[in-house]
Amino acid sequence: MSTTAIPTNTKWWNGGRSPFNASYGKVMMLYFLMSDAFTFGAFLISYGTIRFSVNSWADPNQVFNSFPGFGHQNLPLAFVSLMTFILIFSSVTMVLAVHEGHKMNRKGVEKYMILTILGGLAFLGCQAWEWTHLLTGEHIAMLNDGSLSVVPTTVKMNPWGTHVPHEAIAAALQSTPHDKLAEIAATLQHGGAAHDLAAKSSAELISAIQASPDLHVNHTGPIAFGGYFFGITGFHGFHVFSGVVINVVMWAKTRLGHFDERGHYEMIEKAGLYWHFVDLVWVFVFLCFYLI
Amino acid sequence: MSEHASSPEITFAHPPAEGTKRIWRVFWLLCVVTVIELGIGLAIYNIHKGADPNHTLVLMFKGMVCILSLAKAYYIVSVFMHLGDEIRNFIMTIVVPLCLFLWFIGAFLWDGDSWKKLRNTNAGRHPAKTEQHHQPAVDKDAKK
Repeated sequence: MSTTAIPTNTKWWNGGRSPFNASYGKVMMLYFLMSDAFTFGAFLISYGTIRFSVNSWADPNQVFNSFPGFGHQNLPLAFVSLMTFILIFSSVTMVLAVHEGHKMNRKGVEKYMILTILGGLAFLGCQAWEWTHLLTGEHIAMLNDGSLSVVPTTVKMNPWGTHVPHEAIAAALQSTPHDKLAEIAATLQHGGAAHDLAAKSSAELISAIQASPDLHVNHTGPIAFGGYFFGITGFHGFHVFSGVVINVVMWAKTRLGHFDERGHYEMIEKAGLYWHFVDLVWVFVFLCFYLI
Repeated sequence: MSEHASSPEITFAHPPAEGTKRIWRVFWLLCVVTVIELGIGLAIYNIHKGADPNHTLVLMFKGMVCILSLAKAYYIVSVFMHLGDEIRNFIMTIVVPLCLFLWFIGAFLWDGDSWKKLRNTNAGRHPAKTEQHHQPAVDKDAKK
């Protein structure tokens, strides 16, 4: 793959020379990323359109307020900012890997690629936790039939609608079946002995539920929330995952000395472009889902 | 790419950046901007907690985080992706198509808002109610 003995009149790109004085691979990677930006942009704009078309939307500070290991403490924005900093940091290690590549320093490239891969895996781990937390979450919501139920956040259920005032809760509890009342009481006790609760009468359960200081009830919100959240963060997470796979391949090729043989580390640059794009998209996902 | 021109189609190469100072400067800049964004996010959270949230102030704060996010995007693309070091015409082939977003965002958010108006006024038959709180209308959306 050496670059010796190339006739001077070789028709690069069939047009005489590279029009932008950049290699074909890099130019096309940037064009691919531009098209990917439109894909993400279209998703986010569609989310915005739906959000503008309804009267209430889930408050991100209410939805994303937990941190692993901190139980039920209210920590808005904390976990997602950790994810953001992880991604910014792995972007820096990536750009440092490219920098070492320019200097043909194989050891340096290897080190920074490992750090970048670890950053990507850490981000994916965070996202897995966040998804699990939402999908298995237990929130008391007022369903469309006026009864209360314990529901998670999924693509079919959004327990983050408008707040239900206290008087309305009392009325709703009367039309809630016994097994749901036991479930709600168990949620408010954060676990507790479900058997004992099921043995109690509805009236006992209702008074126990109303006495709980943690009783917050929302209407169910627009169903689109879960679909957009899981769809867009999932599509971004898929990009992170494929970025990690690409980076692992690049790390292996570096270690095997392929780029030293080739005489340049441009592949690291191209993988880097993809990785920075993942960080770039996260800036806007972070903006649209968590900040505003 | 310096003396290691990655391919012969490149006739001119930038001298490689000597140090990593610029990279770290952008890293700290991104971190600081993110912290400011988080601060604004928490400010919005606290405004919403209040009895009578000031919607103009919230909108202003939201506009500020949008601008800060665009600044972050600029630094990532320009420095980390080295697009700022490319030939101007190449930069333009990327940036000019992205201008489509100006129309894209404006038109579709306008459309969403128009849908809300139609929904709340029953397609113009009722006078508009600006904000509907604790209304079953929300549940109608949910069934959609």
